[in-house]
Amino acid sequence: MFDPVKIKAQHVDFFYGNQQALKDISMDIDVGRVTAIIGPSGCGKSTFIRLLNRMNDLVAHTVLRGHIYLEGQDIFSPAVDPVEIRRRVGMVFQKPNPFPKSIFENIAYGLEVNGYRDRDVIEERVVMSLKKAALWEEVKERLRDSALKLSGGQQQRLCIARCLAVAPEVLLFDEPCASLDPISTAKIEELILELKKDYTIAIVTHNMQQAARVSDRTAFFLLGELVEMGETQHIFTAPKDKRTEAYITGRFG
Amino acid sequence: MRKIKEFVIEKLILLSGLASIFFVILIFLFLLKEGLALFKITSPFDFLFGKSWYPISEPPQLGILPLILGSLLVTVGAAVISVPIGVGCAVYIAEVAPLKIREVLKAGIELLAAIPSVVLGFIGMVTLVPLVKNVFHLPTGLTALSGSIMLAFMAMPTIVSIAEDALYSVPKTYKEGAFALGATHWQTIWRVMLPAASSGILAAVMLGIGRVIGETMAVMMITGNAAVIPHSILVPVRTLTATIAAEMGEAVVGSEHYFALFAIGIVLFVISFAINVTADLCLHKKQS
Repeated sequence: MFDPVKIKAQHVDFFYGNQQALKDISMDIDVGRVTAIIGPSGCGKSTFIRLLNRMNDLVAHTVLRGHIYLEGQDIFSPAVDPVEIRRRVGMVFQKPNPFPKSIFENIAYGLEVNGYRDRDVIEERVVMSLKKAALWEEVKERLRDSALKLSGGQQQRLCIARCLAVAPEVLLFDEPCASLDPISTAKIEELILELKKDYTIAIVTHNMQQAARVSDRTAFFLLGELVEMGETQHIFTAPKDKRTEAYITGRFG
Repeated sequence: MRKIKEFVIEKLILLSGLASIFFVILIFLFLLKEGLALFKITSPFDFLFGKSWYPISEPPQLGILPLILGSLLVTVGAAVISVPIGVGCAVYIAEVAPLKIREVLKAGIELLAAIPSVVLGFIGMVTLVPLVKNVFHLPTGLTALSGSIMLAFMAMPTIVSIAEDALYSVPKTYKEGAFALGATHWQTIWRVMLPAASSGILAAVMLGIGRVIGETMAVMMITGNAAVIPHSILVPVRTLTATIAAEMGEAVVGSEHYFALFAIGIVLFVISFAINVTADLCLHKKQS
């Protein structure tokens, strides 16, 4: 039977030391759709998305309760290798973070750590990923240049390409446009709409227009709680909760 | 009244600043004056590449090639030992160690730096030297190898603490980026962290080597002090520094021998200066 749920969070509590960042979050991320997570700063939306590929393992003194399932498998079960989870669930960060290497090497690195050895295959996949990330035309003449010479928007698309190269099933975007100008933002959004044909996508954003433009479903977080979740259209036109309404109409946040 | 106080304090600080520069220049000039006097008697070429060092024979032979090679051998040996261990230790402290072990290790490294070199030399003399003698079946354990091992301990704290700093200051986003691609911890360290920290690590290595090449007491105690051109790492050698320390007391002031020791000082100065400048360049490259 076809299961529309790609990632399922059940009663997730999360603590940084003694401070509770997430309170009893239960939500689904549907396969092949874009799920946006919105909310004011500090509401726990980034914390939540970073749990989905176990990125918060890198932070010391944290406690997790509850379960997160990727296609039915509990990703925090001791039997699961976090490296494998991160390969299946890729992530693009708030600030573009290309490695201080060439454009080509930035993408090849991900392939090499995932066991690709054949130079031809690597080259082919680098080109393919750059094309998918709509960056190929801009960089095809200078693949050997340092990635740090690219503009912010180009760097972010390079990070997306790097992510796509290792063929993940899910793409997580953690405020991918927070440090970009409007034109670069528009390009990334276009790209997200294009990518949703092939990937399951979750995007954290504090920009409500962005959520409305790119997502199919939206979740609204406030103070570590999931206030409301539903079809984006409904959330933005007829929210059920007063707090959601207050937020999307710009009364706080 | 307050203004006068400010003025006095300001000038005092300025004076202390100038004093250090003044003394450096003074030392350098003195070194040059005494050292360069040698070259009126011996040519620089014969001095640097002469194969025998017999300062009190008649006429004195003042070739420091055996001493340069001795220093070089001991230093390279120490680098070969201390660089991999030091960088490995830095990686462990910066990336792998749990918080508690990290604190203990860092304190331990600082303690290692605090041991006076004469104590290290003494410990080396009674433990390491017999060990080297027995392991390699040598007539004496006072060899370049013993010196290298002991000096490696001295270079280690510098290498570890500066390399650890360099690794620690690699932006966390690089690490996250690599992890998010499904890289293992080791793949991240080897392919992302180390290259990103490479200039800082290089500086750490250079400063560690700088410390080794200038070290005197420990090498004098355990390298055997034979001023001959070494043909292996298992023979006694004598370093530039040990030569100055051992012979300055008995050199007649104003003699060729005396000038030659100062000229050795110049050679050491040049080497240390070059190493420090290289390290500095590495660090600056990192910042820009």
